Amino acid sequence: MAKKLPKVPVVVVGMGWAGGIIASELTKAGIKVVGLERGKERDMSDYLMVHDELRFQHREELMQDLSKETITHRNNQKMRALPMRNYGTFIVGEGLGGAGSHWNGQTYRFLPYDFEIKSLTETRYGKNKIKSDYPIQDWGITYDQIEPYYDTFEKMAGISGETVKLYGKRSNPYPTGPMIKTPVLAEFEQAAKKLGYKPYMIPSANLSENYENPDGISRSACQYCAFCENFGCEYGAKADPVVTVIPVAKKTGNLDLRTYSNVTRILNDGTKATGVIYVDTFTGEEFEQPAEVVVLASYVFNNVRLLLNSNLGIPYDPKTRNGVIGKNYCYQVSSGYSSLYYNDREFNIYGGAGALGIEIAEFTGDNFDHSDVNFLHGAGIRTTQYGNRPIANNNSPIGTPSWGAEFKKQSIKYANSILQVKSQGASMPHIQNYLDLDPTYKDVYGMPLLRMTYDYTAQDRELVKYMAKVTRSIAKKMGPDHIDTVAEQADFNVNTDTNTHNTGGVIMGADPKNSAVNTYLQMWDAENVFVAGSSAFPHNSSFNPTGTLGAFSYRAAEGIVKYLKKGGSLV
Amino acid sequence: MSDKEKSQIEKQGSTRRTFLKNSGLAVGGLILGGAVGSMFDRNSEIGVKTEQKSQTQANNPNEALMFFYPEEYQTTAAAAERIFPKDDLGPGAMELNAAIYIDHQLNSGWGVNEKDYKLGPYYKPEPTQGEQNRLYRKDLFRLGLKELNTYSNKNYKKKFTELEANEQDEVLAAFEKGKASSLSGASSSAFFQLLRTLTIEGVYADPLYGGNKEMLGWQMRKYPGSRMSYTKEIQSKEFLKLDPNSLQSHMKHS
Repeated sequence: MAKKLPKVPVVVVGMGWAGGIIASELTKAGIKVVGLERGKERDMSDYLMVHDELRFQHREELMQDLSKETITHRNNQKMRALPMRNYGTFIVGEGLGGAGSHWNGQTYRFLPYDFEIKSLTETRYGKNKIKSDYPIQDWGITYDQIEPYYDTFEKMAGISGETVKLYGKRSNPYPTGPMIKTPVLAEFEQAAKKLGYKPYMIPSANLSENYENPDGISRSACQYCAFCENFGCEYGAKADPVVTVIPVAKKTGNLDLRTYSNVTRILNDGTKATGVIYVDTFTGEEFEQPAEVVVLASYVFNNVRLLLNSNLGIPYDPKTRNGVIGKNYCYQVSSGYSSLYYNDREFNIYGGAGALGIEIAEFTGDNFDHSDVNFLHGAGIRTTQYGNRPIANNNSPIGTPSWGAEFKKQSIKYANSILQVKSQGASMPHIQNYLDLDPTYKDVYGMPLLRMTYDYTAQDRELVKYMAKVTRSIAKKMGPDHIDTVAEQADFNVNTDTNTHNTGGVIMGADPKNSAVNTYLQMWDAENVFVAGSSAFPHNSSFNPTGTLGAFSYRAAEGIVKYLKKGGSLV
Repeated sequence: MSDKEKSQIEKQGSTRRTFLKNSGLAVGGLILGGAVGSMFDRNSEIGVKTEQKSQTQANNPNEALMFFYPEEYQTTAAAAERIFPKDDLGPGAMELNAAIYIDHQLNSGWGVNEKDYKLGPYYKPEPTQGEQNRLYRKDLFRLGLKELNTYSNKNYKKKFTELEANEQDEVLAAFEKGKASSLSGASSSAFFQLLRTLTIEGVYADPLYGGNKEMLGWQMRKYPGSRMSYTKEIQSKEFLKLDPNSLQSHMKHS
């Protein structure tokens, strides 16, 4: 029997970016918030011994403990889904800050095209351009409407960048200037310019200069130490909930933060939630936390799973296409790229930062003509300089053995002499790609695991082929001694794919028939439940999701404040 | 090192080898068990280096076994050396203490898959579904080492450590392709991948874990290890080679 605790105005499930932003905004407005986080507490001093590639990257120190909970996967409905037993593909954060602690810091906005993708595609190419098995839909909000929230997120995080003409109009320039354009990035820049493109520096949450945000939080400039993705930042240069919104929320005195608290169910009567049940992960003791408003702000997978395990919202059925929870799960496609090998040049690529990179906008969204291609949207084409750590980076031309004398010789020869031109492509939803509950496998608390049914679509495979060619054309202009281009999208493999941008499952929209939440991320089926995070994206763009996740978290916070005053649907 | 010093060390090595052959067992370092003779006959230079190392071993209590039995350690050291062999660029996995690293890792929580999902049922996966394997890493590795010897005996009438380098490569290639016998349900290629992964880690992980001896793995590829800032270096058009730092250099901040 769960121990019942006193009722609170708001309970937030998961204290990463979404939970942190919402907790910060609500507590600043004087609202009491209980924040439940299943992992450990963290502060910046925890990152002082973080330059350890083995511990943090290959042993996934900051990631969810899969012995307690994982997902199951199958490529299609004919297969039996099996559990992802260890990490190989996407990584899922755990602990205060969530994925906002281990991310790289690439902070884009989605395009005006993304928010009205269905309407704009049909206007330009006709009704038949979107094939019937791709449930592509408008988001129920325009870029101009979400722009002020992007602006708020970017100011809070201190995003470093430069204005890009082909992207949505900005009300303000980036709060800090772009990061350093290194000789490596200049190689890409010159080549791209020769081809008529206009390269820009990737917008970065690794600060290019010291910065104080509107909340009065001061952070130091990035030192390009090369330990961003999978790591926390010991300088606080990388925006992270742990060094931005969470201290602000704590300072108000209105945040009751409870770590090692794993939520297993949302209590509800089908139209409203009354609170949540959570387990103390050490003692196993169960608690009931009643609340006026329940905010789900955990990772994509767990947001969907909690709703399904709580019988909240109507599960998506791929046969009838009815239902919404679990619908439009999307990923990203990154398999089109070129590796450039230099025989006589070495670059200082042991240094870098998670958002240090340069990119072109010409192949994103609908910035190029799609009349004669069999895919929609596009990809960012780019070169990054994260800092090549030695366990993870042993590259050599295709055909080199993966071990032995030749492997050693070649991987060391090119350790500082390899660059890449990569693509990160948008992912369109497909009726057969979805999330539901696994019929067999359970977590340590006995709750069903989430089952992912997912494979790359025909659209994805076409996009990869096309973008691979673009990467090769830029690579050639960069003039290396050898280029390998990968241009084929293999089947989705839960242990080898490298992209970690999962979206969808609790998508927003203008219509309760085809979406789970409105554009304040308020559930259509339960007005006091808000589901924040990239689970709300109806499709995934080619850009890293955090900027958009952050913008919508600010909008959700605004909605929750309004809801607490007036109640009812916000739209 | 003068020729005189070198010959002195070789002489000591030879004396110690004789002792070891007679006793059949030595404590710590590379020289262990019955494989000693064949290893040193094949590559006397390794023997020399080992003798040099033995002078300092007393100062590094970490160079000892917490998981392997001596012959397992020998087999691991020999197999890892084939994954990442000594060449004119620098030391191989054996000199870099990759096998010490592997020993320590297999004795950690990772060796018993503490953060992996382990609940059943187990089914044979499609190629896109990752390993579905009941075995702990430590047990898979131990079974794999045993099978290396079984396979070598069957095909070459010798133990793995007694084979020539090219024969060892043939054996490992067969394991890589999954052609050796199943290891309590796991494929020999699963063992091979574990060996390969652990060897690369043992060569390049921070020396605090027992491998990458004296940061020589990093040195070979001009990797500077763990430093607080590269703001200057990333702006340089010329390649800047820095001496590596280990995590120990960060302890002053802690």
